[in-house]
Amino acid sequence: MKISYFPGCTLKTTAKNFEISALAVTKELGIEMVELSRWNCCGTVYSLTSDDLMHQLAPIRDLIRVEEDGFNRVAVLCSMCYNTLKRANLMVQKDSEKLDKINDFMYKEDLKYDGKVEVVHLLTILKDEIGWEEIKKHVKRKLEGLIFAPYYGCLLVRPPEVAIDNVENPYIMDALFEALGARAIDYPYSTECCGSYNTVSNPDIVLDKTYEMVNLAREQGADAIILSCPLCDFNLEARQKNVLQKYPDFHPLPVLYFTQIMAVAFDLPQDTFGFKYNQVDPSYLFVKNKEKV
Amino acid sequence: MRIGVFVCHCGSNIAGVIDVKRVAEEAKKIPGVVYADTYIYMCSEPGQKLVEDTIKKYKLDGVVIANCSPSLHERTFRNAAARAGLNPYRVEIANIREQVSWPHEDEPELATKKAIKVVEATVKRVRKNIALVPPTIPVTKKAMVIGGGIAGIQAALDIADGGYEVYLVERDPSIGGKMILLSETFPTLDCPQCIETPKMTDASQHPKIHLMTYSEVDSVSGYVGNFKVRVRHKASYVDWSKCLGCGDCVTACPVKGIPSEVDRGLSDRKAIYIPFDQAVPLVPVIDADNCIKLKYERKISEGKIKRPPKPVKVCEKCQDACVPKIINFEDVDKIEEVEVGSIIVATGFELMPIENLPEYGAGKIPDVIDGLQFERLLCASGPTAGVPKRPSDGKIPQSVAFVSCAGSRDPAHGVAYCSRVCCMYLGKQALLYKHFVPEGNAFIFYIDIRSNGKGYEEFIQRAKEEEEVVYIRGKVSKIFQRGDKVVLWGADTLTGERVELEVDLVVLATAMVPSAGAKELASKLRIPTDTYGWFQEAHLKLRPLETVTSGVYIAGADQFPKDITDTVSQASGAAGKVLALFSKPELTREPTIATVDTEVCAGCGFCEDACAYEAIKIDPRRKISVVNEALCEGCGACSAVCPSGAMTLKNFAKSQVFDMVEVATEEYE
Repeated sequence: MKISYFPGCTLKTTAKNFEISALAVTKELGIEMVELSRWNCCGTVYSLTSDDLMHQLAPIRDLIRVEEDGFNRVAVLCSMCYNTLKRANLMVQKDSEKLDKINDFMYKEDLKYDGKVEVVHLLTILKDEIGWEEIKKHVKRKLEGLIFAPYYGCLLVRPPEVAIDNVENPYIMDALFEALGARAIDYPYSTECCGSYNTVSNPDIVLDKTYEMVNLAREQGADAIILSCPLCDFNLEARQKNVLQKYPDFHPLPVLYFTQIMAVAFDLPQDTFGFKYNQVDPSYLFVKNKEKV
Repeated sequence: MRIGVFVCHCGSNIAGVIDVKRVAEEAKKIPGVVYADTYIYMCSEPGQKLVEDTIKKYKLDGVVIANCSPSLHERTFRNAAARAGLNPYRVEIANIREQVSWPHEDEPELATKKAIKVVEATVKRVRKNIALVPPTIPVTKKAMVIGGGIAGIQAALDIADGGYEVYLVERDPSIGGKMILLSETFPTLDCPQCIETPKMTDASQHPKIHLMTYSEVDSVSGYVGNFKVRVRHKASYVDWSKCLGCGDCVTACPVKGIPSEVDRGLSDRKAIYIPFDQAVPLVPVIDADNCIKLKYERKISEGKIKRPPKPVKVCEKCQDACVPKIINFEDVDKIEEVEVGSIIVATGFELMPIENLPEYGAGKIPDVIDGLQFERLLCASGPTAGVPKRPSDGKIPQSVAFVSCAGSRDPAHGVAYCSRVCCMYLGKQALLYKHFVPEGNAFIFYIDIRSNGKGYEEFIQRAKEEEEVVYIRGKVSKIFQRGDKVVLWGADTLTGERVELEVDLVVLATAMVPSAGAKELASKLRIPTDTYGWFQEAHLKLRPLETVTSGVYIAGADQFPKDITDTVSQASGAAGKVLALFSKPELTREPTIATVDTEVCAGCGFCEDACAYEAIKIDPRRKISVVNEALCEGCGACSAVCPSGAMTLKNFAKSQVFDMVEVATEEYE
């Protein structure tokens, strides 16, 4: 399978471990992810102001790039990019007047956007197009004994029209863990907000949330939190050192992208795990695991 | 023609927008109109008198009343005409309120012009109206009640006490419905085992009531006064006529661990079982899907295994234990056809499964149960003999959280309505729980407390003040298991704070939804259901017990969530409707129905396909359509599809429609 791929800014900077592992894993599964020849910021946050079309230019321009490269589907890894691109796309699909306005504004583009690109998250591709049975076939190092907290945050499941799974009780990551030989906890915070950009202006909110969310994951028996969003990762993982300063009783817990545990389970080369970019070193989890195997 | 036009002001409802005087003046100019005037309330007694007197004085042979919708006052003025000696079907309504003054209140000039048009079109229609006589049909003075809950029992008893025979059909092995499974009933705390069992016994012993338990309606044909219902008596494998209800067969049965339907999975039953101690009739049935012997026999009949040459006794322990030897493994479903004149549908409700509520654990947390399960735990004849033990470990919970509106009032779960009884039963359950565990804590999460019944608000106040039940105003966002506790996250919207509560047991007041099979039954009875699947009444305010199918009535919580008081009232009301129907020697029907021009009809059958009421059949001998006057509802679908124009709706003929369209499509000056 060949599909256009939109990385987004974080995957090239703070979330390199996500991209490295994702590209390795998809290659192993026979998915050819072709990075867009040109792309810009996804728009970061989908604007809810109905006449604020200026903020829809960035995502729509990215979708034009997909068509320029000759594709009609684009795979996205970062939850925020996924959410923004998908919602901007839905908006212009539903409202041709707005689409015309945006196209008119970007008259210098060679192509006019027609609303025909499909935005898909990698997890959806894994579930619907590859299938858990196929993924199981690639597992060479079963992650037996490992227990993960699935963390979807808000952007993968809200609002319902872009949700990759059941809004209240998503199961897609649980199924992935099972395919890899691991197990998921019932994690009540799995669709909770990570605090998002409060991490800049009001970091205390994020510290309190992270403290609570990591502690509950540990309490429910999780060895690590697994997610798909670089911003959530920053708040849940990178912020742990600040949490420790605020709450001395805090114990750090590894946080990984779902593609990282897939890379381990597929027994791909060590450098594709991207562990060196993780703020809380997760490698010990898999050392134990290896001994068991 | 001598037509009179009467324009109603309807106070300011019509006259506030439309220049009614001008409408009357213009009406006078229409050919055939000999009288036109206005009156402030035409439906009032002096208004009707005016119509009557004018008919006599001007010798009118056609009347147009320009007022409100015909569904409100058509009958009023037709009766007035009849009193004045005019055939009532020469009277028509020109609706200038719902269709003119109300929707066009901002454009009085245009509204007046439109009203003039509507009046003119109706005058043209009335010109071709003919005098009609309502047809009469005989009536079978027996009734059927479908559903043996408290609604069905009450309706059956009332009709039987009125002297008519009733077939009471119940699909479960016992009558009693949901009510008999409850602990105590709000606000009086009567126990249903005390107040409902006498009615159940009365129903089973009443000489006029034929109890048909473990039976379902297979098909319904016919029409008001003359229904034919095929009832399927499901195979029970026990000869009930000889059964003593001793229960020896149940004791002997080796198949255990089947989740009990009446205890909603909180206890087990056997493959042969009596549903509960007060069951009426108190007889067992065999669950063929779980009985060793019947499963074996089925496999043989399906050819999956071969019967050994020397027959082996697989398991007949129930038969061995039975003293009168009345278990019959060869029992089959039996069909019985009965003729009735009227049908009451009282099939009740079900609760939305917890599986539909992923935010509340989707049914995976053992100590999160629904309201009816907690009723069973509190019920003296329930699985725990009335001691509220939680399902996971059988401990008596020291804290219980009750969650209102679990699914209800939540369009995201497809239930935008309020289930109406939950506020009250949660208050009652919390109160009963506190009686068992006085030192325990009971919390009720609510959005609003709806306690609008006699003695209801006082009851809630008692729960709050005397029983110290803690009410928290806010919705619960998430429920999950932590250790052996259940944790709820929510908000207290009065203090504006987030709430985290750790309790031993959670009771969800899950939304009330129509019972399984309601849709299929509705289509058998040709009655509509609403968006949610509740049976649709003919008019919410004025005909709440009737359906659009004549002779079929609804009672109880199959129309909408209801408490017992409302259910019983409605059941008696529906029974009253049936008794009124039976009080006449024969039925009269509206004569404004379809009629066939036998000279023109070619028997193509388009009308037969178009008829939603199965009122048209092709006569195979004459090869033409025949309209059943008792079934036709006068919708006009047949005349619309008829390619030859043979099919006509009386007093709404094609030529009348064309006359009206001609007026309606004229340009305004």
